[in-house]
Amino acid sequence: MAGDRGGGSDLEAAFADGPAFVPYLAAGDPDYDSALAYVEALARGGADVIELGLPFSEPIAEGPTIQSAVVRALNAGMTPDRFFAFVEDLDVDVPLVCMTYYNLIYQYGSSEAPSASDSRATEPGGGQGPRPFVKRAAAAGLSGFVVPDLPAEEAEPLREACDEFGVDLVFIVAPTTEGDRLRRNMEHVSGYVYVQARTGVTGARDDVSDQTERSLQRLADYDVPKAVGFGIKTGEHAARIVAGGADGVIVGSALVDIVAEGVENDTPTEEVAARLEAMARELKTGAERGYEQRVPQAGGN
Amino acid sequence: MTQRYADGKFGDYGGQYVPEVLMPAIEELTDAYERYVLGNEDGFMDEFRARLRDFGGRPTPTQYAERLSDRYDREVYLKREDLLHGGAHKLNNALGQVLLAKYMGKERIVAETGAGQHGTATAMAAAHLGMPCEIYMGERDINRQRPNVFRMRLNGSEITPVTTGRGTLKEAISETMRDWATNVEDTHYVIGSIVGPHPFPSMVRDFHSVISTETRRQLREQTGGLPDAVLACAGGGSNTMGMFTDFVDDEDVELYAVEAGGSTLDVDEEAGVAPNSASLSTGEEGVLHGARTKLLQDTDGQIMESHSISSGLDYAGVGPELAHLVDEERVNAVNVDDDSALEAFHRLSQLEGVIPALETAHAFGYLEEHHEELGETIVLNVSGRGDKDLQAAIEETEQRDIEAAPSMAEFSGGI
Repeated sequence: MAGDRGGGSDLEAAFADGPAFVPYLAAGDPDYDSALAYVEALARGGADVIELGLPFSEPIAEGPTIQSAVVRALNAGMTPDRFFAFVEDLDVDVPLVCMTYYNLIYQYGSSEAPSASDSRATEPGGGQGPRPFVKRAAAAGLSGFVVPDLPAEEAEPLREACDEFGVDLVFIVAPTTEGDRLRRNMEHVSGYVYVQARTGVTGARDDVSDQTERSLQRLADYDVPKAVGFGIKTGEHAARIVAGGADGVIVGSALVDIVAEGVENDTPTEEVAARLEAMARELKTGAERGYEQRVPQAGGN
Repeated sequence: MTQRYADGKFGDYGGQYVPEVLMPAIEELTDAYERYVLGNEDGFMDEFRARLRDFGGRPTPTQYAERLSDRYDREVYLKREDLLHGGAHKLNNALGQVLLAKYMGKERIVAETGAGQHGTATAMAAAHLGMPCEIYMGERDINRQRPNVFRMRLNGSEITPVTTGRGTLKEAISETMRDWATNVEDTHYVIGSIVGPHPFPSMVRDFHSVISTETRRQLREQTGGLPDAVLACAGGGSNTMGMFTDFVDDEDVELYAVEAGGSTLDVDEEAGVAPNSASLSTGEEGVLHGARTKLLQDTDGQIMESHSISSGLDYAGVGPELAHLVDEERVNAVNVDDDSALEAFHRLSQLEGVIPALETAHAFGYLEEHHEELGETIVLNVSGRGDKDLQAAIEETEQRDIEAAPSMAEFSGGI
């Protein structure tokens, strides 16, 4: 059944008591220690789940804001191993989701081929697929993955590894995902479904697309939590989206903008962290407000 | 029309690693590819071939190269794709895809370009077929290839500079994919090589396979047989697969994909730089731009910055089908360095009166170095002409001591 794959996962639980606020930051942006402080600030500001970006050199689904974050994090030395250390160093008690591109998942552990004697004799790339990465991620305490360049068609090996290690695999449903595709994708989803609010790439926008409403309508019959992302940047947006039926909101670029501004103006880490916490609170309160607006309708259903 | 690998998997390579938002468009394109290209529905392939003939100038000749044959004491033939309209093989694919976009009812074309050859071909095809066209080009490539930028503008295309990364083909492809993801409902992405998600690698190969179909027929007419060796330069690999496709089943014909060895095959892992573009020769399996293929990447899986004297070969990946044929040992992956390519550029210009693209010159560099191993009859794909590269060739020549090169100093002040 859709939504039951992860059976009582941390992620689904995070959506159980009212609307979830799911912020995103790139791990290691602009440097390791500041990013730790920033992610912890999001948790204090009311995050229910946090998506942590593991930066990849070719982020084809990202707009300019997150592309820049990725460049900053890579320049500061972020790697998959440092990412896992980062997750372990974080002092937060909300579930964490790793957002990254498939090549990093696929390559992890490929240089440590099963045995030195036949290191090149196995499948190209080491032949271990996504399993070593997922195993390490589970050990570090990550609860799930979002992989923007991995559609359901190519996801089977990762899905198997996630099932083996009890980690959720969140899929993105786009405004263009309809009919059979939608049904097929929903069979793979666990944790929550990432509802892409509009076509295009990530980035904060001034309006909320009506593509969102149509997507939520298409998903209404599935009981997995629906978190809407792409373009949300104010508490008012968050309220409208939750009032429209979303179970949560995902916000990335609007938060990364605060980090970028801090880098540009050389703002002290504590100050940037305080701004992030305030922004998180605004978004979380917005989501809660939207939920209250919708309760009468939901109750009559 | 070949239907090899119709499912988009070439051994372990290929596939469809793209954001979900693009998948419906990819499904729509796959359906259109099967119906129009493979099935010739509504006479699509007939119209495509007619336009390639009347607008493009096909067939291009296979020419006996007298002086190169003398030099190497064997029969050397040139497939003259430089004589195709626009000066490179790229029109085969661009015309095919823009025409397909029209059949599909799309209203807008986007494309990426590295050297500008695919961009100019797409701009010409779009003008010819009356489609609005926007082309993404790395800032660095714009500076290296100004004449091509002007040509695209003259044909009415918009040029959008890409400033991320090092500003070359890799970044231009990523940015074009982002545009496509945003405007997916009315836009078709005319990808420039046999790369990307299925059906692009198969479809682009099919549009270019006319090169090998003609070459095979023309050589048989002229020599009564098949060549011992077929050579083509390889970056993404579109001219390569176009030149190889009909020879793949001829087991006695050796196929050589000549990659850009750049300044060296050594890799600076710390800096994330591979000073070459030899992904077939030195790359490792990974996932980039929608396909699983051989890539220049570090041990974490971050994509390396590649390098070549020719911007058309300057790419960290390669077509999945070509990667598969190399693993199967059907295609020999070889490479020559920048110096060898530049020397070959001058040699072909002087011995045959053909100024080749710097990309193409790599194949002739390999011929110079290894002709003794290539058998009696050799055919090389002259994938493009070198007019676009004059500025770069003169600058690069000035930095070296090349015996055959003329001095341009007395004309300093530039071209």
